[in-house]
Amino acid sequence: MKATVLVRPKHGILDPQGQAVEESLRHLGFSVAEARVGRIVDLELDAADPVQARAEVERMCDQLLANPLIESYEIELHVQPEVEAP
Amino acid sequence: MSERRPTIAVIVFPGSNDDRDAAWALPALGGDATLVWHAEQRLPDDVAAVVLPGGFSYGDYLRSGAIARFSPVMPAVAAFAAEGGPVLGICNGFQILCEAGLLPGALRPNASLSFVCRDVAVRVERAAAPFTSRCEAGQRLTIPVKHGEGCWFAPSELLRELEENDQIVLRYAGDNPNGAIADVAGVVNERGNVMGLMPHPEHAVDPLLGSGDGALILASLVDAARDRLTALL
Repeated sequence: MKATVLVRPKHGILDPQGQAVEESLRHLGFSVAEARVGRIVDLELDAADPVQARAEVERMCDQLLANPLIESYEIELHVQPEVEAP
Repeated sequence: MSERRPTIAVIVFPGSNDDRDAAWALPALGGDATLVWHAEQRLPDDVAAVVLPGGFSYGDYLRSGAIARFSPVMPAVAAFAAEGGPVLGICNGFQILCEAGLLPGALRPNASLSFVCRDVAVRVERAAAPFTSRCEAGQRLTIPVKHGEGCWFAPSELLRELEENDQIVLRYAGDNPNGAIADVAGVVNERGNVMGLMPHPEHAVDPLLGSGDGALILASLVDAARDRLTALL
């Protein structure tokens, strides 16, 4: 099973990277109110059960992938459809 | 009778680069420094203080300090701190202690997005053992910083709590190099025996190198280590 973790700087946390991106986009002529830069972690998991997999990824986020003081996270599970034998 | 020199462990993580500077400065101030590789699961028995040095452990991957906090030596460092042993984290060491939950707050990329490398002035907010006993409250110290992720952050309730508990030890005086909230340059834990700071006292122990003010902090630590050694004997 594959999972994607999206880690974002929490609302209200200064994000200088996002500000720089925002500024550059404006220089290019785009109308942007705000840009925030986070991080994506793609995971390939051994777990087959989606409930178990999600619980495991949550533990990964809490222990390592995100710092709860400054970052929020979102987990997307990609459950591969089972292919029936012909 | 000569006083015994306390042993101070300087932890070496993969990517530490100020470990040897600390291990040079501490003996110059009356301590014995011993380098301890991060893969060790124990600290030497006679260790009376611990320094987590500056550098870029694990390449600052993910977040600075996020991976080093899981080094095999860290449970021993946490246990030493829990016993009341003095632990000082400098720059990357500060980041590691925050990630490990041994110090409050977190360190974010500098507001300027630039790596800063220059002398800064800091004001001593708390003059007390084990890290600033040789300073006076309100004293200004000149100590260099060199970091890309030194913007200390704490939510406003936490910051208020820390200020009420007198846990802010150093603040940037006039020139905040990284955008840290409330100009915080160094904090201690609630018990006061674990400290982290972004400036590098080990780079300012001799006026020939620009400033000797960092020696006040490291010599305070050596004093505390000597007291702990005496108490344990």
